[in-house]
Amino acid sequence: MNVLQAAPGSAYFLDPSKPEIETHTLAVIVDNEPGVLARVIGLFSGRGYNIDSLTVSETQHEKHVSRITIVTSGTAAVIVQIKHQLERMVPVHSVADLTVQGQAITRELAMVKVAGTGEKRVEALRLADAFRARVIDAGTTSFIFEITGKSDKVEQFISLMVPLGLVEVARTGVAGITRGPEGMKE
Amino acid sequence: MATTEMTGAEIVLKALADQGVEHVFGYPGGAVLPIYDEIFQQEKVKHILVRHEQGATHMAEGYARSTGKCGVVLVTSGPGATNAVTGLTDALMDSIPMVCLTGQVPTHLIGNDAFQECDTVGITRPCTKHNYLVKDVNDLARILHEAFYVATHGRPGPVVVDIPKDVQFATGRYVGPKNIEHKTYRPKVKPDQNAIRAAVELIASAKRPVLYTGGGVINSGTTASKLLREFVALTNIPITSTLMGLGAYPASGKNWLGMLGMHGMYEANMAMHDCDVMINIGARFDDRITGRLNAFSPGSKKIHIDIDPSSINKTVRVDIPVVGDVAHALEDMIRVWKSKSLSLDKKAMDAWWKQIDGWRARDCLKYRKNADVIMPQYAIERLYELTKHMDTYITTEVGQHQMWAAQFYKFEDPNRWMTSGGLGTMGYGLPAAVGVQMAHPKSLVIDIAGDASVQMTAQEMSTAVQYRLPVKIFILNNQYMGMVRQWQQLLHGNRLSESYSEALPDFVKLAEAYGCVGIRCDKPADLDGKIKQMIETPHPVIFDCRVASLANCFPMIPSGKAHNEMLMGEDVPDEEVGTAIDAKGKMLV
Ligand SMILES: Cc1cc2nc3c(=O)[nH]c(=O)nc-3n(C[C@H](O)[C@H](O)[C@H](O)COP(=O)(O)OP(=O)(O)OC[C@H]3O[C@@H](n4cnc5c(N)ncnc54)[C@H](O)[C@@H]3O)c2cc1C
Ligand SMILES: Cc1ncc(C[n+]2csc(CCOP(=O)(O)OP(=O)(O)O)c2C)c(N)n1
Ligand SMILES: [Mg+2]
Repeated sequence: MNVLQAAPGSAYFLDPSKPEIETHTLAVIVDNEPGVLARVIGLFSGRGYNIDSLTVSETQHEKHVSRITIVTSGTAAVIVQIKHQLERMVPVHSVADLTVQGQAITRELAMVKVAGTGEKRVEALRLADAFRARVIDAGTTSFIFEITGKSDKVEQFISLMVPLGLVEVARTGVAGITRGPEGMKE
Repeated sequence: MATTEMTGAEIVLKALADQGVEHVFGYPGGAVLPIYDEIFQQEKVKHILVRHEQGATHMAEGYARSTGKCGVVLVTSGPGATNAVTGLTDALMDSIPMVCLTGQVPTHLIGNDAFQECDTVGITRPCTKHNYLVKDVNDLARILHEAFYVATHGRPGPVVVDIPKDVQFATGRYVGPKNIEHKTYRPKVKPDQNAIRAAVELIASAKRPVLYTGGGVINSGTTASKLLREFVALTNIPITSTLMGLGAYPASGKNWLGMLGMHGMYEANMAMHDCDVMINIGARFDDRITGRLNAFSPGSKKIHIDIDPSSINKTVRVDIPVVGDVAHALEDMIRVWKSKSLSLDKKAMDAWWKQIDGWRARDCLKYRKNADVIMPQYAIERLYELTKHMDTYITTEVGQHQMWAAQFYKFEDPNRWMTSGGLGTMGYGLPAAVGVQMAHPKSLVIDIAGDASVQMTAQEMSTAVQYRLPVKIFILNNQYMGMVRQWQQLLHGNRLSESYSEALPDFVKLAEAYGCVGIRCDKPADLDGKIKQMIETPHPVIFDCRVASLANCFPMIPSGKAHNEMLMGEDVPDEEVGTAIDAKGKMLV
């Protein structure tokens, strides 16, 4: 082989194949200490993983334990790697892949501000009713709806509001929990 | 547990002493002055004053790797902390236990862009195993002990503890190190016994097995190396190792195939490619090892023993994962192997060894000898021959000389070989040697260096002189960034962009300027005598070994290639390489 005529090479092996992408919801139990969220987010940005949604809140105040729910996407191997990378972080208690465990319920809350008058206003109210969105603020020219559900339901509602005068959306991101009597390992 | 009140700075020194720390590598500054004041007033912990904070981190790494203990670093805020970042990252990549204490501006000034303030925990978060900002002096002792626990347990790594100056002055409770672990962090050390049994059964059924061992064996401690040797003796399986695992199995052992990987031995890479069962013990399928992933050992079943689950199935899918510490896993495997009186298929093993001997006969490290110019390979061969009977530790910089050192210096024991593998930090070897010498004052400590790398941290010679640490800096001076040039020759059409070492200092004069001894050698015939002179010199030495400028490091798996597509020295004749060299370069030969 005449390497001297080879095309410019790389120091690394570049894999051109494009494997299938999956979306998973992970629940991560962590010590609620300074910097813990930065650590988790830094892991995702540093290693090039995706964050589609992230929510965090302290769930056990006495023990200073928080629960982070992350929706991420990647190949099956990458998802497993993400779980292991999270698990090895010092303040992480446990990680559950709710998507692999199946049986998980995920919900998201959105507040949707819509402004308009006449036909559009009536139509917005009618659709909100169909989606079981509540009116949490109303004026003569605007509404704020509160809608809870799976992300795709929220998504669909928002897209229906676009032609009806959508002004602003605030979403919480996804929270998830498994069905049945058992809790998550801590 | 007795609790006592003391200042934060006193707590730091007390905690270090209680952790058994004897040496701290550091550099003072405004934000750590209270701690330096305490250092002045005690005798248990010895402080080694470096010349640049990066030097302190590499010293701590060399110290740690050569002793199995945790290395300790102390630096000031701002520039002190940022200068330590390279060494922290190096320690993270190579799994070296280190605790680095950084000073910080007083808590009430944090976030104000105060003098010499930087976001140390923010900057070091991705380059440490864990880090802490201490906001309350009453947490300080616990955090310090926890930092040592985290740095040394599970997969080792660097931990930063950032201590604001007001916390150093404040008075608080001291608690001792007893019963301190971490409330959450519990690495799994003992492997699952079903996995062990499955692994042993798979090994016993193998016809062409190979052991692929790595830095994890060194991390696990000397018992792991002993058990590894026992397992090899028991099974007669051929064994290779990564750059990081050299010495775990003796190079003189009959089952030794030499290092594997990009610049590894032909027989080792061929055995990896053709094996039917691969047993990875404490190695992480690094890209310098695997080459083209989809051509990596295509026909084998793979066992992977690793303490870090995230190392398993990261790049290469394995059949039997064993999560746990190497020594524990080997102990279990030996016990199961013996209790079942297992043995490998004798006929198959004979055939396998015969094939391996065939590969060995290629003599892949062969190079053209030269009577007029010192070949770099020859220099390492002679260095090895003249030091092998001694109590020797070797460190390296990064480049061709590092690979030649790995190929031609033969290691019989663990913890004798210190090199920057994962990050590949030029400038690692000289301070690392200083750190090793601090831990082993009577031993012979040699940094096998390159002319470019050594200039990155050369100022630490001053540290060596100050503490009477007789390190030997053996520079393979080819007047090139040889490794860069080699890649440019092979992969970038011979365009030697910026890889010539222009305006090198006179290394002998440099040595003298530091108060060390300088030795120069440019003739093969003089080499032995001058190496002996270096060894006998009871002071730090810089040895300027003028070697052939254009030698390249083979064998080599060009990236993107498979293990059985190695490039041998004779595949790239000098004439072709020669066409790459301009008139100025040619004059150097
Ligand atoms: C210029 C250059 C060229 C190089 N060429 C080569 C080459 O040709 N060949 C080569 O081998 N390397 C080469 N390297 C080094 C390479 O980049 C990697 O650093 C090296 O291969 C990694 O070694 P390792 O797999 O043993 O892993 P390490 O980085 O040593 O990691 C150790 C592994 O063991 C695990 N572990 C740690 N402690 C324990 C324990 N107690 N029990 C169980 N598991 C544990 C860790 O989780 C980790 O997965 C080169 C480097 C440079 C700079
Ligand atoms: C800090 C740092 N910068 C750049 C590199 C890239 N690099 C790898 S090897 C090398 C050249 C090393 O030259 P020298 O020390 O003379 O060693 P030689 O290869 O000639 O033996 C360079 C620049 C590196 N590894 N580390
Ligand atoms: Mg050089």
